[in-house]
Amino acid sequence: MADATLHAGPRGPKPKRAFSRANIFIYGTLLLVSIYYLLPLYVMIVTSLKGMPEIRMGNVFGPPMDVTFEPWVKAWSEACTGINCDGLSRGFWNSVNILIPSVILSIGIASVNGYALSNWKFKGSEVFFTILIIGAFIPYQTMLYPIVILLREIGLMGELSGLVLVHTIFGMPILTLLFRNYFASVPEELFKAARVDGAGFWRIYFQIMLPMALPIFVVAIILQVTGIWNDFLFGVIYTKPATYPMTVQLNNIVNSVQGVKEYNVNMAATLLTGLVPLIIYFASGKLFVRGIAAGAVKG
Amino acid sequence: MTYSVEIRQLDLSFGAVKVLKNLDLDIHEGEFLVLLGSSGCGKSTLLNCIAGLLEVSDGQIFIKGRNVTWAEPSERGIGMVFQSYALYPQMTVRGNLSFGLKNARLPKDEIEKRVARAASILQIEPLLDRKPGALSGGQRQRVAIGRALVRDVDVFLFDEPLSNLDAKLRVDLRVELKRLHNQLQNTMIYVTHDQIEAMTLADRIAVMKGGKIMQLGSPDEIYNRPRNLYVADFIGSPSMNFLHGHLQGGQFKVDDMVMPMTGYEFAAPQVADRPAVIGIRPEHVVTGELVRNAPLQFSVDVDLVEPMGSDTLIYAKLGQHPFRIRMDGQARVRSGEVLAIGIDPSRASLFDQTTEDRL
Repeated sequence: MADATLHAGPRGPKPKRAFSRANIFIYGTLLLVSIYYLLPLYVMIVTSLKGMPEIRMGNVFGPPMDVTFEPWVKAWSEACTGINCDGLSRGFWNSVNILIPSVILSIGIASVNGYALSNWKFKGSEVFFTILIIGAFIPYQTMLYPIVILLREIGLMGELSGLVLVHTIFGMPILTLLFRNYFASVPEELFKAARVDGAGFWRIYFQIMLPMALPIFVVAIILQVTGIWNDFLFGVIYTKPATYPMTVQLNNIVNSVQGVKEYNVNMAATLLTGLVPLIIYFASGKLFVRGIAAGAVKG
Repeated sequence: MTYSVEIRQLDLSFGAVKVLKNLDLDIHEGEFLVLLGSSGCGKSTLLNCIAGLLEVSDGQIFIKGRNVTWAEPSERGIGMVFQSYALYPQMTVRGNLSFGLKNARLPKDEIEKRVARAASILQIEPLLDRKPGALSGGQRQRVAIGRALVRDVDVFLFDEPLSNLDAKLRVDLRVELKRLHNQLQNTMIYVTHDQIEAMTLADRIAVMKGGKIMQLGSPDEIYNRPRNLYVADFIGSPSMNFLHGHLQGGQFKVDDMVMPMTGYEFAAPQVADRPAVIGIRPEHVVTGELVRNAPLQFSVDVDLVEPMGSDTLIYAKLGQHPFRIRMDGQARVRSGEVLAIGIDPSRASLFDQTTEDRL
């Protein structure tokens, strides 16, 4: 037997105590913090599943005695905002119509920008890039009114396309930075080889760079989807009631004072609005981390 | 003799830094030319200029008699192989080989024919459907060479293609490259900092320093008749022994040693007396029996002995001056010994101390 050559005494992996002082401390802290963050979510979910009589009883933390989906249905299609009473559904579709073109446009343009700025340096490209980055540090508030004038002049004030334009422009600095740094980490010789092989600006972009840039595209999509979906400020300023995005609609539902405050409907509406970013995070969390890490390790 | 590549008064600056200075170079049809130099000497920059990947500041480049100074890289009839292989990671080997041909809109059957030919020359047929990630370093570099091969180019450019490979593979691929050149008879321009690669592969070597060509010549010329002190020092491992002294009436004097330069071929028929440097290669110093027949005989104090298997390196003192000697591997010498050595002045090199040029 092979074991015979081993000396008598303990062997195998070093045993670990499950309830060591360090473990109790670490897991205890984690548990406490998790409860602190999850409790409001729990309250929201249980409240949204209760009927109004049950809420009036005041037991905020108690599970629903009578589970009802009435508030969810009401929040989606019947809740009143003061002007109309068709719930969040209108805002949801508005947000979708804002989100999809904004994300595609901003990422499409920014990726080409980043590619050009890292591989096709032209005279003044560094200056151009610096100006673009400074754009990321100017407070939005200073630009709100000038953009109102701008949109009015080109006739897009209050239109969905106007808001799409605003989102595309405001996404440009950070996204361009993201793509430029990623493309700068791609070996320069690869780009040179493609040029020797007779590929031009667009062919190198689509056939060489794009397939290699998938992780950074995922990062950009997550940033833009959550950012644009959660936007309230631009939505409330540059659209009109008929084109309000979901977040503005949610605010109007929660803040409209007509008779009793329907806490269950408000909770359901809030959960519905937060669902899209939540799904994006759950679906792509791993890819997100990988994309950020990929840039970090290579850079 | 027709020239394959001609470079005329080439200048290149990055901002205020002049990387290439008024450089002229003619490369013959079918020649294997090596650009050799330490890092930062401008050799890769020159190659990138020939490839069209860098815009020149001034001067002209001709390939096959055609002025290509402003032509796109793909229009120059060149193929290039990079140090990091630079294979497109998301494409198969076949995709990598055919990418340039597809860009040139060649018909499908022609592309297949050329890929098959290149694959058979480089013996990479079994790898055609693999991705670069699944290849070893040597296989990757072979694919990279294939990418230049399929394009049927006039001139091959190599940018330190073997530097990323391990030592044994480097030797193997070096031999293969030489065989490939014999087979294809294309013009090849090869950048390296490795003098062994340069000596073994080149028809001619251009030793570069500070954006200028210090010497252009056959490996034999570069090794035996270095034109200046820099080339003499750069070529050869271990490097040349240099002794600083005076040239007086055809004799080289250092301290109280006198070396009559009988048999030495001076560059000019009359050389005036001046401060000079003599360069003696460690492998040109003879010992043992052979000393008796050597024109000049000295004795040195052995300081340190480095046996390297195939030969033995001796660190000694000639008078006050450190002096390296290369003996064969069987030599049994101990430190502290006094060793008799012989020097043949016809194999030495003499340089002016101020201009550093060969005398």
